[in-house]
Amino acid sequence: MTNIQQFLNQDQEKDLLRLLTAGSVDDGKSTLIGRLLFDSKKIYEDHLSALERDSKKIGHAGDKIDYALLLDGLKAEREQGITIDVAYRYFSTNKRKFIIADTPGHEQYTRNMVTGASTANLAIILIDARKGVITQTKRHTFLVSLLGIKHIVLAVNKMDLMDYSQEVFDQICKDYKQFTTPLSIPDIEFIPLSALNGDNVVDASQHMPWYKGKSLLNYLETVHVVSDRNFDDFRLPIQYVLRPSLDFRGFSGKVASGIIRKGDQVMSLPSRKTATVTRVIGSDGDTELAFPPQAVTITLSHEIDLSRSEMLVHPDNLPRIERQFEAMLVWMDEEKMDPYANFFLKHTTQTTRARIDQIKYRIDVNTLEQHSSDAFELNEIGRVVLTTNKPLLFDPYHKNHETGSFVLINPITNNTCAVGMIIDKMSADDLYSRIADPETRRLVDGGKSLINEDELRKRYRQKGVTLWITGLHGSGKNLLAYTLERQLFDKGATVVLLDGSTVRSGLSKELDYSPTDRAEHMRRVAHVCRILNDQGIITICSFISPKAEIRKQVAEIIGKERFKLFFMDASMDYCRKNKPELYEKAKQNLIKYIPGVDEMYEKPEFSDLILKPEDQSNITTIFSYLESEGIFPLQSE
Amino acid sequence: MNNYAINNLRELEAEAIHIIREVAAEFENPVMLYSIGKDSSVMVRLAEKAFYPAKVPFPLMHIDSKWKFREMTEFRDRYAKEKGWDLIVEYNKEGFESGIGPFTHGSKVHTDVMKTQALLQALDKHRFDAAFGGARRDEEKSRAKERIYSFRDRFHQWDPKNQRPELWSIYNARVHKGESIRVFPLSNWTELDIWQYIRLENIPIVPLYFAKERPIVDMDGNLIMVDDDRMPKELSEKAVMRKVRFRTLGCYPLTGAIDSEADTIEKIVEEMMTVTKSERTTRVIDFDQEGSMEQKKREGYF
Repeated sequence: MTNIQQFLNQDQEKDLLRLLTAGSVDDGKSTLIGRLLFDSKKIYEDHLSALERDSKKIGHAGDKIDYALLLDGLKAEREQGITIDVAYRYFSTNKRKFIIADTPGHEQYTRNMVTGASTANLAIILIDARKGVITQTKRHTFLVSLLGIKHIVLAVNKMDLMDYSQEVFDQICKDYKQFTTPLSIPDIEFIPLSALNGDNVVDASQHMPWYKGKSLLNYLETVHVVSDRNFDDFRLPIQYVLRPSLDFRGFSGKVASGIIRKGDQVMSLPSRKTATVTRVIGSDGDTELAFPPQAVTITLSHEIDLSRSEMLVHPDNLPRIERQFEAMLVWMDEEKMDPYANFFLKHTTQTTRARIDQIKYRIDVNTLEQHSSDAFELNEIGRVVLTTNKPLLFDPYHKNHETGSFVLINPITNNTCAVGMIIDKMSADDLYSRIADPETRRLVDGGKSLINEDELRKRYRQKGVTLWITGLHGSGKNLLAYTLERQLFDKGATVVLLDGSTVRSGLSKELDYSPTDRAEHMRRVAHVCRILNDQGIITICSFISPKAEIRKQVAEIIGKERFKLFFMDASMDYCRKNKPELYEKAKQNLIKYIPGVDEMYEKPEFSDLILKPEDQSNITTIFSYLESEGIFPLQSE
Repeated sequence: MNNYAINNLRELEAEAIHIIREVAAEFENPVMLYSIGKDSSVMVRLAEKAFYPAKVPFPLMHIDSKWKFREMTEFRDRYAKEKGWDLIVEYNKEGFESGIGPFTHGSKVHTDVMKTQALLQALDKHRFDAAFGGARRDEEKSRAKERIYSFRDRFHQWDPKNQRPELWSIYNARVHKGESIRVFPLSNWTELDIWQYIRLENIPIVPLYFAKERPIVDMDGNLIMVDDDRMPKELSEKAVMRKVRFRTLGCYPLTGAIDSEADTIEKIVEEMMTVTKSERTTRVIDFDQEGSMEQKKREGYF
C-alpha cells in the first residue's frame, strides 16, 4: 500500500463532531468561526479574495478582514449585518471532522438556536469578557440544556481588551458555575480567548501563561462524545418495509438507540409479537450487530405484522406507550398558537393528530420564571400536556433524543409550527385536576333548555340521578346493574345503562386500560351521565372505578347530589371464583392493570349503599332506598 | 466504550439513507434528479443501498441541457443500461428547437431556458411531489442555510426567508397539491467527503474527472474544453492540448477545467486536501450577477 493510500485510510476513520455556536456578532462569534476556518486553512483563496473585497465595501471591522462576512450567507442578511438563519459550516483537522451550526444570538432568533442545537453534540457559548455573564448568556445556556446538549464550552472572548486578566476570567467562570448548577449540564469547559488575535483559538496563547488548559480547537478535537449516545435501550422505528420477493421481508430504519444483534429476541410494538432477528443488513451488507445512528434492514425468523410508524424493541426494555404526555414545547411559527387546533404530530416515523390539552406554564427564557399562558407566540417556550389520536411509542427526551422529540405541523398551512421534547407521560394526579376544572365548565356553559326540572319530573315521575356501582372484576356488579335496569323499566322508570363493554365499543374505543386512559374513559362516562341526568333520565353505571380520586371527580362532573354510589363489596375469593380465567392470567402477568392484583382497589370510605353479591335482597334494598330518597317513583300531584 | 463509534463517512451515509427512505415512504411520487456528476453518482449509490436487496422504488431523471459533455451522455446511457435504472431523460424542446445555447445567448439565458425551465417543465409534466438533488451546503453561501427538505411553492420557488424549521432528523413532508419538496440528502457532505466516499465505495464516475490531455481554450481564465463543433471556429482554433481535469461537470462551454496531474482517485483526494480554490470557481454561471446563486435558487434552479 502506498503512503497516500495509508494516509487516506486513516483520514476517513475520523469521527464527526457537530457543534453549535451561540452568541451575537458583538461577542465576536463570526470572527471566532472565521478564525477557526482560517487557521485550520479551510478558507479557499477565492472566498478570501471575495472577503477582502467585501470587507472594504460592507465590512464592520475597519481595515481588518471582517471574518463575519464569510459566514453571513444571504444577501439581505449581509446588508443588515446579522445572521438570521442557521448556517452550517464544515471543516476538518487531522483529528476530526466538524459541522458548525452557526445561529444568531438575539432573543427573536430563539427558534433558530433551538434548531441548531437539536443536532449538536456540543455548544460553544460565547461571552464578551468586558460584559461577563449577561442575560443573553443565561438564555443561551438554558436553551442548550433544554435541547439536552451534554458539553458546553464557555468561550470568554475579547480577553485582549481586559489585559488578559486571570481575575476577570475567574470571576466570569465563578458567576457562570453558580448560574448553571440547577441546569445539570454534565460537562462544562472554560476557555479564555481572543478571536481577533487568535489567542487560544488554535494555538495556545502567549498572553495568558496562567491558563493551563487546551486551546479551543484542541479541546474540540479531543472531547469525548461517543458515549453520549444511548446504547442501552434498543429502539428501531420502522421506516420502510422491503418486499422484493415473497421470501424476503426486511424492516428498514435508523437505529434510534441501543444495540441490535443477530439472534436477538425482539418485540414489535404496539402488537407485542416476538420474533428472532435472522439478518442485520447494514450499509455495507450483512453484519453481526448495529448501533445508533446506523441505518439498517432487519429480517425476522417468522412473519409478524409490522409496518411504518411501528417499532422493534427488546422485549425486556419497552418504551412508554401512551396517548397523553407532557412536553416542553417551543413555538416556531410567526402565527400565534391556536390552542384548539388539531395539529399533525410527527414523532419518529409516525404522524398522528394531536391537540394541546393544557398549557401548564410559559417559561421566561431570560429569567427562567414561570408564567401562565393561554397560547404561545413565536419563540415562546413552555410546558404543555398533549393528547394524540394514536398512542406514541416514546421515551423521555433526556433519556433518548430520537424517541423523545416531535414536531407539530399546522394542519392548514402545513408549516412546522412547534417542536417538542417529551418530559414523560402525564401523571395521573395532573389529569384529575383537569377533569374538574370548574372555570372551564363555567366558560363552556352555553345554551339552556326550555324544559325545566319540574316539568321533567312530572313527565318521568323520577329524579334524574346516577346510580354508580363500583366493585372488582367478578364482584357481580354487572348482573345487579342489568337486573336493576329490567326491574326499573318494568315499573315505568326511564333508565339508561352504561357499562365498560357498551362504552368501550364506541365512545371510548381508542382508549386502553392504562391509568391515564382509564381516567379519560371515566371522564367521558361522567359527562354522558350528566347530560342524561339533566334531561331527567336515571343512569345506571357499572364500572370498577378503583380509584377514590376518580370517583370523586366523576361525582363532581355529574353533581354530588345526583351521584349515588353503590359499593359491591365482594371478597377476593368470590371474584376469583366468578372469573377464574381472568385472575389466572393476571397472576401470570399476561394482562395488566387488574385491580386487586397488580393495582390497588380503593374501597369507598363513604357509599350510599353497601351490597353483598350473595345477598338476595339487593334489588329490594335499592328500591326502598330510591323511594326514601325521593328518586323513584315520584307520586303524581 | 469506543466499540460503537462510527466514522464520519459512515455517519453521513447513514443520515442520507435515512433521508432517502423517509422520502420514499412519505411521498406519493418522488424522483431522483441525476446530473451524471460525482454527487449524483454518490446519491444513486446511497439510494441503491437504502433499498437493498430491493430495487430503488423511484425513477431517476436527467435534465439534458443538450450542451453536456459527450462523455457524460455516454456514461449515463451505459450505466443506466448496466444497472437497470428506471431513467427518464427530459429536455426543453422549445428551447432546443429555437437554438438556445451558451455561445449564442450567454450563460444566463441558456441556464434559465435549458436548465431551470426544462427542470420545471419536467417536474410539472410528471407531477413529482418530491425531487432529490445532490446539492451540498458547503458549495456556496446561500446553500449553507437551505434545509434538507426544501419547500417549493406551486411555482417551484424557494423563499429563503420562509423556510420550515427542521430539527433532529424529523422531516416535514406535508405539502398541498402542486407544491413540492426538494430533498438534499448530501446536505452535510463536503466536496472532500464525496471524493473519499467514491474511493471507499469504488463508485464509477465520468472519466472527465481524471486528468488527461484535452483540447483547451483559455477563455478569460476559464479553461474550456472543445467538446464538439458547436464551439465557434474563432475560439476552437485557439485550442491547445493541456493536462486537465474537471472538478465539477455541467454544460461544457460553462464548465472550466483545472490544470492537474491527478489521474487516479487517490491523487484526486490528495489534490482536494491541498486545493486552495473552491469548486464553484470553475462554474461560469455563479459569477454572472451578484448573489447569483441565491437568485437562481429562488427561481427554481437547484
